[in-house]
Amino acid sequence: MTQTVSRPGTGAHQTPLPLDVGAIRADFPILSRTVRDGKRLVYLDSGATSQKPRQVLDAERWFYENINAAPHRGAHQLAEQATGAYEAARVTIGAFIGAPENEIVFTRNSTEAINLVAYALSNAVTAKEPELRTYAVGQGDEIVVTEMEHHANLLPWQQLCERTGATLRWLGLTDDGRLDLADLTTVVNERTKLVAVTQQSNILGTINPLDEIIARAHEVGALVLVDGAQSVPHQPIDVAEIGADFLVFSGHKMLGPTGVGVLWGRYDVLDALPPFLTGGSMIEVVRMEGSTFAAPPQRFEAGVPMTAQVIGLAAAVEYLQALGMDKVEAHEKALTGYALDKLAEIPGVTVIGPPDTVARGGAISFTVEGIHPHDVGQVLDDRGIAVRVGHHCAWPVVRRYGVPATTRATFYVHTGYDDIDALADGIRAAQKFFGTV
Amino acid sequence: MQLENMYQEIILDHYRNPHGRGLREPFEAEVHHVNPTCGDEVTLRVHLEGDTIADVSYEGMGCSISQASVSAMYDLVIGKTVPQALETGEHFMTLMQAKGDLSVAEKLEDELEDAVAFAGVSKYPARIKCALMSWMALKDASARAWGGQS
Repeated sequence: MTQTVSRPGTGAHQTPLPLDVGAIRADFPILSRTVRDGKRLVYLDSGATSQKPRQVLDAERWFYENINAAPHRGAHQLAEQATGAYEAARVTIGAFIGAPENEIVFTRNSTEAINLVAYALSNAVTAKEPELRTYAVGQGDEIVVTEMEHHANLLPWQQLCERTGATLRWLGLTDDGRLDLADLTTVVNERTKLVAVTQQSNILGTINPLDEIIARAHEVGALVLVDGAQSVPHQPIDVAEIGADFLVFSGHKMLGPTGVGVLWGRYDVLDALPPFLTGGSMIEVVRMEGSTFAAPPQRFEAGVPMTAQVIGLAAAVEYLQALGMDKVEAHEKALTGYALDKLAEIPGVTVIGPPDTVARGGAISFTVEGIHPHDVGQVLDDRGIAVRVGHHCAWPVVRRYGVPATTRATFYVHTGYDDIDALADGIRAAQKFFGTV
Repeated sequence: MQLENMYQEIILDHYRNPHGRGLREPFEAEVHHVNPTCGDEVTLRVHLEGDTIADVSYEGMGCSISQASVSAMYDLVIGKTVPQALETGEHFMTLMQAKGDLSVAEKLEDELEDAVAFAGVSKYPARIKCALMSWMALKDASARAWGGQS
């Protein structure tokens, strides 16, 4: 069941926001353009991909205009400088999540990072080096996910199970949009090889109690992969504090370029995994008869990497650090509380997910009675408001709550109360247009 | 407001009061089509008498455009032969590719009747699939029913 937001009498109050929205907006060139016949762009789709500040765009341009070369190849000056900048970015990005640089693997995005781990676990079955078979998955083993995972943290595990004969199990959801941990100790058991769980749901906004899940997983000797695609951009993260074995996130959702994501893994675990993709620069010695692999992280970075994008992501990290991740988190919490109150004032609007700001991030999915989310989105778009509509790559979640789709608004550092007021006005306009009120 | 261009009154009428909705018997073929980007679904049955479409019955969930489109299609194809219905489908496809060019709609008025009202949808690439889903389902189902007969 879904639940209607009702916090009568609270009203929506605008407490001062921790971030200077006006100054931040000036850093984002795209926010000064207009859409749909001159309307101000109200961008409430950062959960799909974030917009990029000029500092990030400048960093990429600087790389191409000054030191463009393939890193870790060649001895010319450009190659040295490109390698230096690439590896310096690894240090910066690692420090952002409290990790040493040798535990940071660059991938295309979170999706590829998760696939990397899933394929490494099945490649382990046939690895010729005994030490790379440590985490091999096979018949009788179990992989655990949750019902709130993005397809990116579901399909790779379904496929791993199909390749290896392992069994996929999952933790369900409660009516108020949280993980149901009642059967945690039976679902996660001595047969479990890996638990994959999101830190923050991309559709419900729920922030999950990782401590309890990770403690249980480690108690039975299972690895834990945390999907941080929706959390790393929005709150301070320290991998040591989380205590998982893997954390993945995408650059493009945290003000960085597309085409770069990160797999963080505990070094001893990474070191016991065979590669996913093979080819150039991930090798130790290559002979026609067979080859050996480099140590992590290079073992997992085959081919010339997305160098400019990595440097752009480091610039995004520096931009976020200058704002302060504590402030980013507090900013979004204030906006989320305000938005939940504003939506509660509109009859017919139902939030799918936790109804208050407790253990909840700035992703708000909702339905509007009598109006399909596509049609809500169309009316909002006509007013310059960009939201996401559909199943948000989390089809099991919308099915669980008995709706075909939702409309989702997500917030970030440039979001202000004016954006949320525009959203609320737009929803009322949709109700008027379709004659449901 | 550009909205009225897309949401013509005819479309909203079909959406609120869909024609021919519900799954009926007899039928020779049933198909289930989904729009994977948004989760919209339609289950559609075709009943032929000879080569004539005697009934199209359907259930589905989706946005106003997808639901109105299947209703308008129902009105257009009942009583047509399968080749005639497929030709009408081609005209509708042409309309959806018009990128909002109203002269295309004018030329197709006789063939498409109420369905020319969907001309405004062709300006919104993300919504064209919504309008086309039922026509794709009809093409699929009538090919199966037609094949099963011959």
